[in-house]
Amino acid sequence: MKYDVAIIGGGVIGALTARELARYALSVVVLEGAADVAAGASKANSGIVHAGFDAAEGSLKARYNVAGSRMMATVCEELGVGYENNGSLVLAFDEAQIGILETLLARGRANGVRDLRIIGREELFLREKHASGRAVAALYAPTGGIVCPFELTIAAMGNAMDNGVLLLTDFEVVRAENGKTVTLHAADGRAVSAGYVVNCAGAGAEKIARLFGDDSFTVGARKGEYILLDSAAKGFVKSTIFSVPTAAGKGVLVTPTADGNILIGPTSVEEPDFSTAIRRGAFGEIIEKARAICDGIPFGETITSFAGVRAYCDRHDFIVEESRKAENLFNTAGIESPGLTSAPAIGKAVAEKIAARFGAEKKKDFNPKRRAFSWFRKLGAAEKNAVIAEDPAYGKIVCRCESVTLGEIVNAIRQNPPARTLDGVKLRTRAGMGRCQSGFCQPATLETIAKEYGLSLGEVTKNGKNSAIVSGGAI
Amino acid sequence: MKRDIVIIGGGPAGLAAAVAAYDAGCKNVLVVERESEVGGVLKQCIHNGFGLTRFKENLTGPEYAHKFIEEAEKRGIEMLKDTFVTELTADKKVTCMNQSGIFTVEAKAVILAMGCRERSKGALNIAGTRPAGLFSAGTAQKYVNVKGMLPGKRVVILGSGDIGLIMARRLTLEGAKVLCVSEIMPYSSGLRRNIAQCLNDFGIPLYLEHTVAEIEGEGRVSGVTLVKVDENKRPIAGTEKHFDCDTVLFSVGLIPENELTERAGVALDPRTKGAVVDGDRQTQTEGVFACGNVLHVHDLVDFVSEEAEIAGRAAAEYALQGGRAHAYISAENGENVTYVLPQRVDKNKNAPQKLFFRVRKAFRNAVVTVDTGARRKTVKKIAVAPGEMESVALSAEEIGGAEYVKIAVTGGDR
Repeated sequence: MKYDVAIIGGGVIGALTARELARYALSVVVLEGAADVAAGASKANSGIVHAGFDAAEGSLKARYNVAGSRMMATVCEELGVGYENNGSLVLAFDEAQIGILETLLARGRANGVRDLRIIGREELFLREKHASGRAVAALYAPTGGIVCPFELTIAAMGNAMDNGVLLLTDFEVVRAENGKTVTLHAADGRAVSAGYVVNCAGAGAEKIARLFGDDSFTVGARKGEYILLDSAAKGFVKSTIFSVPTAAGKGVLVTPTADGNILIGPTSVEEPDFSTAIRRGAFGEIIEKARAICDGIPFGETITSFAGVRAYCDRHDFIVEESRKAENLFNTAGIESPGLTSAPAIGKAVAEKIAARFGAEKKKDFNPKRRAFSWFRKLGAAEKNAVIAEDPAYGKIVCRCESVTLGEIVNAIRQNPPARTLDGVKLRTRAGMGRCQSGFCQPATLETIAKEYGLSLGEVTKNGKNSAIVSGGAI
Repeated sequence: MKRDIVIIGGGPAGLAAAVAAYDAGCKNVLVVERESEVGGVLKQCIHNGFGLTRFKENLTGPEYAHKFIEEAEKRGIEMLKDTFVTELTADKKVTCMNQSGIFTVEAKAVILAMGCRERSKGALNIAGTRPAGLFSAGTAQKYVNVKGMLPGKRVVILGSGDIGLIMARRLTLEGAKVLCVSEIMPYSSGLRRNIAQCLNDFGIPLYLEHTVAEIEGEGRVSGVTLVKVDENKRPIAGTEKHFDCDTVLFSVGLIPENELTERAGVALDPRTKGAVVDGDRQTQTEGVFACGNVLHVHDLVDFVSEEAEIAGRAAAEYALQGGRAHAYISAENGENVTYVLPQRVDKNKNAPQKLFFRVRKAFRNAVVTVDTGARRKTVKKIAVAPGEMESVALSAEEIGGAEYVKIAVTGGDR
């Protein structure tokens, strides 16, 4: 089958581009190399909706950041994704750093960020009692927010699929034949043809561009390592707390997550191999840097740690353009921070350009809404009882730490985009994300996946190829 | 719905408490169990060694549980299975959820018997990747003993808690190669008999004062690097040991599951991570009792049963006759003691009392000193270790004259 548009990459940029394209009368396929969407940077980042005072005036980063930040609340509302406009604070510790805050303030205003202002110690500690006692001032950005990045990606892809987009997973594009139409070949022999291709491959964007003979940019990666605290630490900070940015990035932050945890990180290390292994010295570094901006962090509530790689390109701005070298190719690349914030605006801009190219009309039956992941959790007791009466699986708790029911797990496997792996269920339902880190619920979740797909327990994986959970065979 | 006593959890603690409450005359008892069957973690503990103290019999976990299930069934005690308690309030309203819906039970007394969970690998700040093949020891035990699946073939076990030791033997018997057990402390936190029977008998090395430096593998775990630590638990460079393996088990401690307890406003003890209780195992919230691993982590189920019976009888008395006036003195840690339970001793009870405690480090020829303010007595123990709960008995008279109780362990050689 030939599609109008093939999107390579099911990260947050690919997913939101797919959703925006689904508004038009175009046939769209998304090709994802991993077993699930949100497999790369989109599942392991800070989850911050940046206000927009960091990016240089006139850059694509600045433009998409501010535009994306303004779209985020609506997009999340339509998709039922956890989003909170919690505000952010950049702390200064001396006069020189207050100077930097003033620069950020001026830049933010030039970029169109609303309501930015510098606050003194009194207001700072009223807002955040755990902000470091050594802080002398802060830049307060009321428009700063937090969003669950993988929820956003999965929900956007699900909504795109509900509106006719096809998702092919485990489809690692290894060859492109670019003629009148493009044929994309997967490592496993599958092939898909499309009139136009959008490169949303994140860390793999350079590789994909080169398959088309486009060597106009290179992609590097910086690794960010994080520590996550249990929801028992909820409320430790309400805003996102930054230190002043340096050349290496925005530094370690302390923030609530949209799911009620506290997230601390990231580090920033060049990672030529794109590896997500946490370095031996990372924990000490995160803890030290976090203690510089917050007092009394309850590290005893640590439930997990992880790393993500953020792709950047040699132009040091986002690439969102038709390929400079190849026909039929549109590149989005180097979407480092504030990429998550920018994603709704990038998706919209890309889709508009492609729709214009095809002369495509908007569909009348596009449905922008998707039921929230948390729909059941948020019901009152009477409403829950009505759901349980209809489907008793909603009365059976599987994940006790996060109170996730069997009904929600089955739903995550059946609805778009279907969860096929243990991590897939975890990212959609939170089963296994709590304080026991899946110790209790893993066998039951595994059995549910196996049953839904007709697999044996030994065939169910954590996140795709070579990641079977139980690999020793039946006893 | 109203019940005299609601027991949250149908594991060994909940079952023994239910039977004891019934036998004390309180027949309107409800046990709420989140799993499909009662018996708790004993269901997956198919090894023997249970009941040696209580029954002078060498039972498996399911056999031990079965004795209590039979007793409960004989009495017709009501047990709601597949039912999850979502909320408990200080005024003893228990909200439950199961496949027939959400409902609230009003109780005169509540017994907390939710057990504990394993400390997860995530809490350990381990460098490296996050591949498949990392299990807490109890989860691996469930796969092997309940699901009939071998988690992997080449195994490294981190932490020498009892479940890890038991699993070292179990996986070996099922054909996996257990390469080693690594323990960060200079001693094992497991029972001495488990070191002998599960490691030494199978030639499995135990590396004390070692921790995990890094986990490797994309997809599935492919290796782990251990490193020796100094007395401050800092890795010593150049002491790395690498193992090629496809599975890593974590047996790094148990944590009482007190999320419900905490939300109900019941006071917890940071030392035990369980509720603060008196000799009746009554918490500081009147009419709410606690027993078993939700109260403090036990190493032998025999003591869980004993403790649960105390809580069951006391809850029955409370439900039938109401509360009594108390005259509490506190039980405190002395030298080398990490906790004493109960934390509050009731002088009004006018009865002998057993105090349980754990030591900070291992001693041979230990001297236990019990200081009551009024007098001091000493008890000799041949050997004590952090992995084995100890106890001392106080007579009603000794408690009557006490201003406080402080337990210390000294002397002997390490």
